[in-house]
Amino acid sequence: MSSSVYDRVTSILVDNFGVDSAAVSPEATFEDLDLDSLDLVEFALAAEEELGVRIEDEEAEGLETLGAAVKLLEDKGATVGGEG
Amino acid sequence: MSITSVLEGLGTALPPRRLTNEEMARGLDTDDEWIRTRTGITARHVAEDDVATGDLAVDAGAAALKSAGGGTVDAVVVATTTPDQLCPNTASGVAERLGFTGAAAIDLNVACTGFVYGLATAAGLLATATSERLLLIGAETMVRFTNPYDRTTRVLFGDGAGAVALRAGRGPPSHSDYTYEDSFLRMEGREVYRHAVHRMIASLTAACERSGLAVTDLDRVVAHQANARILEAVAGRLGMPVSKFPMTVAEHGNTSAASIPLALAAEPPTPGERVGLVAFGGGFAWGAATLVWPQLSQG
Repeated sequence: MSSSVYDRVTSILVDNFGVDSAAVSPEATFEDLDLDSLDLVEFALAAEEELGVRIEDEEAEGLETLGAAVKLLEDKGATVGGEG
Repeated sequence: MSITSVLEGLGTALPPRRLTNEEMARGLDTDDEWIRTRTGITARHVAEDDVATGDLAVDAGAAALKSAGGGTVDAVVVATTTPDQLCPNTASGVAERLGFTGAAAIDLNVACTGFVYGLATAAGLLATATSERLLLIGAETMVRFTNPYDRTTRVLFGDGAGAVALRAGRGPPSHSDYTYEDSFLRMEGREVYRHAVHRMIASLTAACERSGLAVTDLDRVVAHQANARILEAVAGRLGMPVSKFPMTVAEHGNTSAASIPLALAAEPPTPGERVGLVAFGGGFAWGAATLVWPQLSQG
């Protein structure tokens, strides 16, 4: 998995949550990255602001891995500035 | 020149019984670590069974009046979501016990935003010369209204009261911004978090704009104390150091309408500081106000 959405999600995790970029991978779970349920809400807020799609609370609740989060964002039509 | 509100005194009342997370979580599927990391709460004060909201309000009101140098008031506004009974209102009993039998006595029920709505109400009473000097008291006995078997609410709340004495004046102006939206019935933690962060930022920004300030001009922001993580998120998004946001939630829990005056008293601002007050809570309702902190004669 290598998409601009993935890169943007990685930078949100590194910049906003102090996650070590070396620990970030599509298979990494939010638990692996030391993000709890409130962090996940904050992550959803940041993703909404940066990528323009809203992750509903029920959807955020079901997210386990970073890859799943990226897929959800892409399925919802997330776009990264400069790509249209 | 319009009439403004001047804060003359500040007082609080916390019931002596302090319960830790371990004591509060007994029999519930939660523990100290979960509570601390998700909310920042380590303990809360809990009123004895025979202590009512009005009792805490009287103590806080008396302390605020003493801090203001004593004297009389012509109105008592009690912000509470846990009134002593439906009728008569809590404020009338509080006014009578404080010796202000003829005072206008008003209850305001806006949950955690009660104190900020109370400030707006008080400012209106003073600006229209309906009142010359009044007590605004936030008082709550929340814990007895939580379900002992519900871990999602039981451990979040605390009891207490805080009060300010306000008079009409021509000092530095206070401004408020308040809106009300009634749409939700249940406590949905994630949704509350989402709205709380956005609404508190928007409300504080609006109140500052009316005062000709940028939010970052504020020397401190005394926010409703529900959850440390929410306040950290608000501070971070505003680009303000979290040190400008006093936190008392660790020792008080969420005391609803009482939390802002309790926080003001726990870490009193320095005279001349530009202080923002902001709250978000049940309803949903939210609001913010700004003031320049006065030199208090006592307390």
